[in-house]
Amino acid sequence: MSKPDIKPSPAAKVAHTSDVLRLEGLKKSYNVGLPTETEVLHGIDLSITALDFAALIGPSGSGKSTLLNLIGLLDQPTSGELYLLGQATRDLADVQRTHLRQESIGFVFQFHHLIEAFSAIDNVMMPVMVKNGRPSTEARQWAEHLLQAVGLAGMGDKKPSELSGGQQQRVAIARALMTRPALLLADEPTGNLDTHTAENIFKLLREFNAEFDCAVLIVTHDPRLSQTCDRAITLIDGMIVPDQHSS
Amino acid sequence: MWIETTIALKFLRQGFTQTLLILIGIAVGVSVIVFIVTLVVGLQANIVSRTLGTQAHVRVQPQEEVNLLARPPNGTYNLVLEDKRAQRLRSINNWQQIMADLDTINGVKAVSPVVSGPAFARRGEAIKSVSILGVDADRYERIIPISKDIISGAFRVNAGEAVIGKQLADDLGVRVGSKLRLDASEGRNAIVTLTGIFELGVRELDSRYVYLDLKQAQALLGLFGGVTVLEMTVNDIFDATLISDKVHLRTSLKSESWMQTNSQLMNALASQSLSSNLISFFVALSVAFGIASVLAISVTQRTREIGILRAMGARREQMLIVFLIQGAILGLCGSFAGSAAGWSMVWAFNAFGPRLFDISPSLSIVPVTVALATITGVLSAIAPAWRASRLDPVAAIRYV
Repeated sequence: MSKPDIKPSPAAKVAHTSDVLRLEGLKKSYNVGLPTETEVLHGIDLSITALDFAALIGPSGSGKSTLLNLIGLLDQPTSGELYLLGQATRDLADVQRTHLRQESIGFVFQFHHLIEAFSAIDNVMMPVMVKNGRPSTEARQWAEHLLQAVGLAGMGDKKPSELSGGQQQRVAIARALMTRPALLLADEPTGNLDTHTAENIFKLLREFNAEFDCAVLIVTHDPRLSQTCDRAITLIDGMIVPDQHSS
Repeated sequence: MWIETTIALKFLRQGFTQTLLILIGIAVGVSVIVFIVTLVVGLQANIVSRTLGTQAHVRVQPQEEVNLLARPPNGTYNLVLEDKRAQRLRSINNWQQIMADLDTINGVKAVSPVVSGPAFARRGEAIKSVSILGVDADRYERIIPISKDIISGAFRVNAGEAVIGKQLADDLGVRVGSKLRLDASEGRNAIVTLTGIFELGVRELDSRYVYLDLKQAQALLGLFGGVTVLEMTVNDIFDATLISDKVHLRTSLKSESWMQTNSQLMNALASQSLSSNLISFFVALSVAFGIASVLAISVTQRTREIGILRAMGARREQMLIVFLIQGAILGLCGSFAGSAAGWSMVWAFNAFGPRLFDISPSLSIVPVTVALATITGVLSAIAPAWRASRLDPVAAIRYV
C-alpha cells in the first residue's frame, strides 16, 4: 500500500500562508436516516492561515466540539469539503486520514489525556513512536527541547500521575507539537486549570504560534482568554457569526 | 512492532492485578493439561510395555484348514450342512524360507520360530496341563527378553532341558535340577531336566509355559522339522498391524498383530486418549474464554487511551496488534508457568503418588504446549482486538 505524499515541503508551508485549513459548506448531522436525525452544523465556511491564533467560542451545544473533531479528521462531515493544507479530505480512506492527522495536526484536549502507563517524555514522543517505532536520538532531543520549552526540563521521566494538572497540560502541549504540526487544535485546554495556570498555558500556545509558524485554534468558554486571541470565531447554533477580529 | 509491543507490555504491567489473575488462570489450565496428558501418555506407555513384555508384536500362523467342496453338476443344487473343520496342529510350510523373507521386511526387529502345542507335565502323582514351547533360545530372547524374568537358574534349553514358570514349579514341587516328565499326545513323552524358573507376573503364563529345545518340542508334538508360529517384534510397536498386513500379503499366512489380539486393550487406550483430549480441549477452551474476557474488559478500560493513540496517528491495525500481542504474551507467560507447575505435579506424582508406575515426562510437551497456548492467546484476543481497532476515536476520547 503506497501512502499518498501529503506532507507539504517546508518551503510550501511557508509560502502557502493563506490556507492551512479551509472549510466549504461543511455540514454534520447525527443519526442520519433515523427519525431523530439532527443537523448540528449547518454549512460552515471558514479559513485559517498559518499565522492565525484563533479562538472558537460559542455557547454549549453550538457544535464547537463537533467542528473541532471534523477539523481534526477524527470525524467525517455529512456534506461539504474540508481542505487541510490544500488537500481535500472528505473522500480519504481512514488510513490516509490517519496519516494526514499524524503529519499535520496536533491535539490538546480538555482533560490532558496523557497515557498513564508511559513517562512524560514517552508521552511527548508518542506521535512519533506510533509512526516510526523506536524513537531516534533526534526525536528524543526534540522531545526534551519541547519539555524544556513548556517549562518541564528534567521532568521527562515522571509518570503523568506524578505531575500537577498544569504540568500535565504542558506535557500534552509538548506532545501536540512533537510532529511540528501545521495546525494545533486545543479543546478547552485550560478548562480544568486555575486562572493563573490557564494564563501560562495560553502564553505558551501564543509563543509556539509565532515560534513554529503553527496555526492555533482554541475552543474556549473563557471570554478573557478569547479576547487575547487574534481572531474569535463565534459559533451559534451550528452557524458561524462573522469574525470579530480583536485588535 | 516495537511500539505495539511496548504499549502492550505497559498496558499489561499497569493492570498488574488483572494480568496476574489471568496469568494464574492460564497457568492452572495449562498445568492441568500438561499433567493429564503426561499422566495418560505415561500410563499408556506403561500398560503397553507390560502387555508386550510377554507377547510378540506379530504372530504368523498357518492358514486355517477349510473344507473344499466339489462343485455340483450343472443344473443341480447341492444342499450342504457343513461343520467347520477341526484345526489340527500343523506346521508352517517352508518356514525357514519364510523366516528369512520376514527378516528382510523394513521395520522388523526380530523373527523367532516357535513350535507350540499341548502336553501334560507329571511328577509323581501330580499332573498339570501345560503348553510346550519349542524355541531357539537366542532368537526367542529378542522377542521376549525372558532372561530378566528368570528367578532361578538360567534360560537355557538344550536337548533334554526345560524352563518353566514359577507357578508350575510350585504346583509340581520342583526346583532347578529336578526331573520332569512331559506327556504329549499319542504316547510321545520325554523326561527333561529343569534349568530355569521364570516369573513373568502373568498367572496364565507362569502356570502353563514349558520352554523346550525346538527339536525336542517338534519330536514331542510329532511335527518333525516344523514350527507352528513365527513370532516377530517390530521397531515401532504401533506399526505392528501394518507389518502384519504386509506379512499376510506376502505369505498368505494368518498374521495377527498385538493390537488385533488385544483389541479390548487398544479400545481402552483409545477411550483414555479421547477422554484426556476432551479434558484438555475444554480446559483450553475455558482458558481461551478467560483471556478473551480479560482483554474485552481491558479494551473497555483503555477506550480513552485508544482514542488518544488514534488521535495521535495510530492506525487501526496498530491497535489491533496491541491487543493481539497482549493475548500472545498472556498465553506465552501463562503456559511457561503452567508447564513448570504441571511438571512439578508429575514429579510429585512420581514421588508421593501410588507408585504403581512411573511417568517419565517428555520434554517435547513443553514447546508444544507453549506454542499452542500462545496461539490460543492470539486467537482469543481477536474479538477484543477487533473491537479496539473499530473504536470511533471521537467517542473514545470523550469516554471517561
